[in-house]
Amino acid sequence: MAAVASRAAGILRLRAAGAERRWCGPRCAGLVQGFLQPGGEDAAQKRRVAHFTFQPDPESLQYGQTQKMNLFQSITSALDNSLAKDPTAVIFGEDVAFGGVFRCTVGLRDKYGKDRVFNTPLCEQGIVGFGIGIAVTGATAIAEIQFADYIFPAFDQIVNEAAKYRYRSGDLFNCGSLTIRAPWGCVGHGALYHSQSPEAFFAHCPGIKVVIPRSPFQAKGLLLSCIEDKNPCIFFEPKILYRAAVEQVPVEPYKIPLSQAEVIQEGSDVTLVAWGTQVHVIREVASMAQEKLGVSCEIIDLRTIVPWDMDTVCKSVVKTGRLLISHEAPLTGGFASEISSTVQCKHVIDDFLEKAKLTFLSQEQCCLTTIKFAVVGIPNGVRKNVS
Amino acid sequence: MRKMLAAVSRVLAGAAQKPASRVLIASRNFANDATFDIKKCDLHRLEEGPPVTTVLTREDGLKYYRMMQTVRRMELKADQLYKQKIIRGFCHLCDGQEACCVGLEAGINPTDHLITAYRAHGFTFTRGLPVRAILAELTGRRGGCAKGKGGSMHMYAKNFYGGNGIVGAQVPLGAGIALACKYNGKDEVCLTLYGDGAANQGQIFEAYNMAALWKLPCIFICENNRYGMGTSVERAAASTDYYKRGDFIPGLRVDGMDILCVREATKFAAAYCRSGKGPILMELQTYRYHGHSMSDPGVSYRTREEIQEVRSKSDPIMLLKDRMVNSNLASVEELKEIDVEVRKEIEDAAQFATADPEPPLEELGYHIYSSDPPFEVRGANQWIKFKSVS
Repeated sequence: MAAVASRAAGILRLRAAGAERRWCGPRCAGLVQGFLQPGGEDAAQKRRVAHFTFQPDPESLQYGQTQKMNLFQSITSALDNSLAKDPTAVIFGEDVAFGGVFRCTVGLRDKYGKDRVFNTPLCEQGIVGFGIGIAVTGATAIAEIQFADYIFPAFDQIVNEAAKYRYRSGDLFNCGSLTIRAPWGCVGHGALYHSQSPEAFFAHCPGIKVVIPRSPFQAKGLLLSCIEDKNPCIFFEPKILYRAAVEQVPVEPYKIPLSQAEVIQEGSDVTLVAWGTQVHVIREVASMAQEKLGVSCEIIDLRTIVPWDMDTVCKSVVKTGRLLISHEAPLTGGFASEISSTVQCKHVIDDFLEKAKLTFLSQEQCCLTTIKFAVVGIPNGVRKNVS
Repeated sequence: MRKMLAAVSRVLAGAAQKPASRVLIASRNFANDATFDIKKCDLHRLEEGPPVTTVLTREDGLKYYRMMQTVRRMELKADQLYKQKIIRGFCHLCDGQEACCVGLEAGINPTDHLITAYRAHGFTFTRGLPVRAILAELTGRRGGCAKGKGGSMHMYAKNFYGGNGIVGAQVPLGAGIALACKYNGKDEVCLTLYGDGAANQGQIFEAYNMAALWKLPCIFICENNRYGMGTSVERAAASTDYYKRGDFIPGLRVDGMDILCVREATKFAAAYCRSGKGPILMELQTYRYHGHSMSDPGVSYRTREEIQEVRSKSDPIMLLKDRMVNSNLASVEELKEIDVEVRKEIEDAAQFATADPEPPLEELGYHIYSSDPPFEVRGANQWIKFKSVS
């Protein structure tokens, strides 16, 4: 968060007319215009306190009565709705019985019984493996990993077992009713092991879905979609928003579709893409840009990291011509690199191919024996796979 | 007068067989040592266990008392500093478990190795670091043992490998250190500690298997303080006999609140490993007064009465003090003097920890990789570049 707050402040510092142009670095698909000036030498010396202001969305009246909830309460509400609707749904994880370390499961054990909301011992690999097993029999498994930083012992289970189950069994079996929830992102005092954002590791794995909400209203809808989605899903909850984000959230269940990015604010000069807590930072940046520089920003909340909504983002970039992606995770290999390279690839190549009347063929598939991957421009009507 | 007596006693002590203080003490009417009965350890796959009586010398007793009191005061000071927001982040305190860290240290040599999880302040001290380095690390200053960049969970010292945040991940590391000990052939052992919560992690069993297969000199130690964060052992483990969980690895269950019991068991275990018989498992039954960390009040999953009961009946410092006073190894006043000295030492350390400057911003990127020419690391925005030097 400090990263982007300072980056944004750096970008937007106003300078006298005629100042130099600078590349804004590999994450931007377009040149930032000349009036944006980097922070300079003293930027390294100054400390910037990480802060952001949560900006609630206007109340949505289409789903019935709403109630003021913060993020963890909206999660509890979603889980409550799931357990009520689906008799096979179970919630398990470390310390979920008493309510969870972030109070996301408060009251559920009392309401639904100890055979539906139960604690597991301290074993992430076991929790996810066990969850896959439950899901394979058809029951709905909602597993909690206490912090996203601890998900790595379960990485093998997620990537090798959960993600590939449907494919390798030829659709005979699947663990689609598995949802893994984990608190995610930096919180200010978390340091190495309570602050990580591992979405990029999972983005590299076909077969699972990764979803990150920005607010209580989004969280409840997206979580309910994840639970009902017929694919294993990982739902990362920005832990700094658990208490800080308060909004009016419908009491009844409702779903927000996955793999659909949301254009939160329309604009014409630059597209800003973010997810989770960063969306609020980006909103502040956009209003600063509008106020101080007259730059009109289009803000997109990606919501589902994988499979991500390429169309919305690409369409927006075609409109504005510039893209800035911001996330908390480390830079190298972070999901922004995937977005920016895809946008450039499609944007530039599509344009070229259209003019040259060629078809853009892209295929991504990973299986044990054959890897087929082809990105070629070929004449219409002729297809060729490169093995 | 005292100096003269000391000089005289030094002469009388002859070829420094006995420290001069001992002779001096004789004139003050304390016993030199005393024999105590200690609780018999439960054994798994062992014919014999550690002895049931042990001799504690006055010197050792005072040393252990001072060390335990220092750890206790240091933890309470950390508690205070955390509440004043001088220490931020996470802080896992080990007051109540002093007999474990001091007792283990008493049973091994400084050349032996130790690795533990995040409740590590006590071990950092017993492994040789001064209190000021520990407190300064907690407050994140440059005088800290990890230069202020590690914090509570990442403290390291010579032959002390931390200080590890991820639960259970340190156990395979400990087995690896034990392999190095065996390979180097210097008769060293590695103490690999983990908690009752971590005992259910899969990688621990992988480490047991490797250690037993290759007969590594690894002492696996489960510090069972009855609660894994907020979950009591009965609700987390199918078998709460943690000393038996090594299955094919022999084990012993030790009273972790009695420092002498811990010491004898450690000596026994270390001798077992050094003789080449392979790994051994120790379960230390202990208790922590604080919650899991400073963000945990510690009373939502256990009663205050329970905490009080342990404090009044099994407090390790109190147990040692009673033993020493009752067998005339020390006087109450003498121990009170030690208390006062320890308090002062901790105060000074806290002063230092609060006043020391934070590490300079240039060092933020250091030690990411080891590389000869320093390379550049992007900072919080792309125009900030830190040099990464190693």
